[in-house]
Amino acid sequence: MTRFGWLNAVSLTFGFAFLYLPILILVIYSFNASKLVTVWGGFSTKWYVALFQNAQLLAAAKMSLLVAVVTATLATVLGTLAAIALTRARRLPARTLFQGMTYAPLVMPEVITGLSLLLLFVALGIDRGFWTITIAHTTFALCFVAVVVQSRLTAFDMSLEEAARDLGASPVKAFCLVTLPLIAPAVAAGWLLAFTLSLDDLVIASFTSGPGSTTLPMRIFSAVRLGVSPEINAASTILIAAVAIGVMTATLAAKWGARRETRSQ
Amino acid sequence: MPSSSNAEARAGRGGRRVLNASFVGLLPYVWLLVFFLIPFLIVLKISLSTAFYGQPPYEPVLDLAEGVGATWEKVKTLSLGNYTFLASDSLYVEAYLSSLKIAAIATVLTLLCGFPIAHAMARAPRGWRPLLIALVIMPFWTSFLIRVYAWVGILKREGLLNAVLLELGAIGEPLTILNTNFAVIVGIVYAYLPFMILPLYAALERQDPALLEAASDLGSPPWLAFWQVTVRLSVPGIVAGSLLVFIPAVGEFVIPNLLGGSNTLMIGQTLWNEFFLNHDWPLSSAVAVVLLVILVVPITLFQRYQAREVE
Repeated sequence: MTRFGWLNAVSLTFGFAFLYLPILILVIYSFNASKLVTVWGGFSTKWYVALFQNAQLLAAAKMSLLVAVVTATLATVLGTLAAIALTRARRLPARTLFQGMTYAPLVMPEVITGLSLLLLFVALGIDRGFWTITIAHTTFALCFVAVVVQSRLTAFDMSLEEAARDLGASPVKAFCLVTLPLIAPAVAAGWLLAFTLSLDDLVIASFTSGPGSTTLPMRIFSAVRLGVSPEINAASTILIAAVAIGVMTATLAAKWGARRETRSQ
Repeated sequence: MPSSSNAEARAGRGGRRVLNASFVGLLPYVWLLVFFLIPFLIVLKISLSTAFYGQPPYEPVLDLAEGVGATWEKVKTLSLGNYTFLASDSLYVEAYLSSLKIAAIATVLTLLCGFPIAHAMARAPRGWRPLLIALVIMPFWTSFLIRVYAWVGILKREGLLNAVLLELGAIGEPLTILNTNFAVIVGIVYAYLPFMILPLYAALERQDPALLEAASDLGSPPWLAFWQVTVRLSVPGIVAGSLLVFIPAVGEFVIPNLLGGSNTLMIGQTLWNEFFLNHDWPLSSAVAVVLLVILVVPITLFQRYQAREVE
């Protein structure tokens, strides 16, 4: 047994302070009546009121949500299929190429991905808008889904699916009824990851969007380039709260699920 | 067909035929070919073209419908002009070098910040660990743009950090931190820290604490045992985490744009400006191709690690 030690405790305290203080400050100042960061003008929700009257920002938020939902769904299907192929196919043609294309977008600088997709859309003569952003987002998000699902699939006991086949289920049925429910948490995590990645992306969306398809990060970016804006702080706080609630629910659900699993054994 | 031979291979091993994996992979495979690989070939082609005032703003525009002969005539007009321009203009050379330098410094600092945190997480009581991991992942789920923007209010001249330092009497007058390379480095360390912590934690968590005890039983002082056992054994995590930070940081756009100043030179921003402000598509394509060539070695290293990690 090793002792946790004061050094480790200090590392954790400073580490998490560094990670969370900037976010906390941002949240606090979204309730500041004064526009200045250093002056506390009293508690106020006026920036939230202004936010909900900002039609441009709301339209961009709607656009972003729509892109993110479609992206997450497409990326989850494609990414799960890619994960199955990479984990199970023993003789995958051009495996290295496929593997390379699946992992490279995880680290590829966004400016390169954005530029290359834009040039493709121009070469094909496609008008830029909702679908070009969605296709671009799906392309990099599917790789994240593939990695998440693949790590679950490698640990998966194949004999379960084979048993279903022995009992006469078709390959598709065996997969959908046996494997899919068991890897569902990873698939759901993949969907959420793809959703947030899409919702968050500025660079790739800037390259692939057209007139009338401005996303939320693009609006936020053009607002904050000129300095601190309390209205954007308010928008950020809402986004952060949504994410925090989502992550906590997921963590609790996973914990609850694990407890139920151990109890049933 | 490779798919049927795959099924035979499975049946031959005594297994039952399950969902045909090669066939299933076809859809994502085609998707990635069309939307990931082919676009790079287009970037390469356009980087050899010349800027042209019109739509699309480059020439020649290849069109096979004009016949093979006419297309070939156009192909012959492609040139390396954009690349010789990049090499001759010191602005671009400096932008590449300074991006690599900033990314390297930031990666080392991220490692130095991330290691103690990952180490403490791996040694924390087992029951705490899921919560600690969730706490590291949570900022990663929060908008990157917002997290970078949060530093503007902290680092600027009338910002929070200067106000605190002035109040404490540590400085006589406000420091200029925002719009410097230092602010860019702080931004990179902050934004990419979770990417460093998670692979480090994965490597550290696997280690058996008994190894350290064995080293000290054999007479090794704690610092030496730490170095030779803990650090040595976490090299895969160190390499993976560093690559996850370094590669995207070299081409970073948002951080230098929001936190950097007029003398911050980073190639992602240069590419962005060439494209959106100067509308020089061929030159920005050439910038992208050179950036990719610079990053091809670290990207390949990362893919190897990732392939090993999931298998």
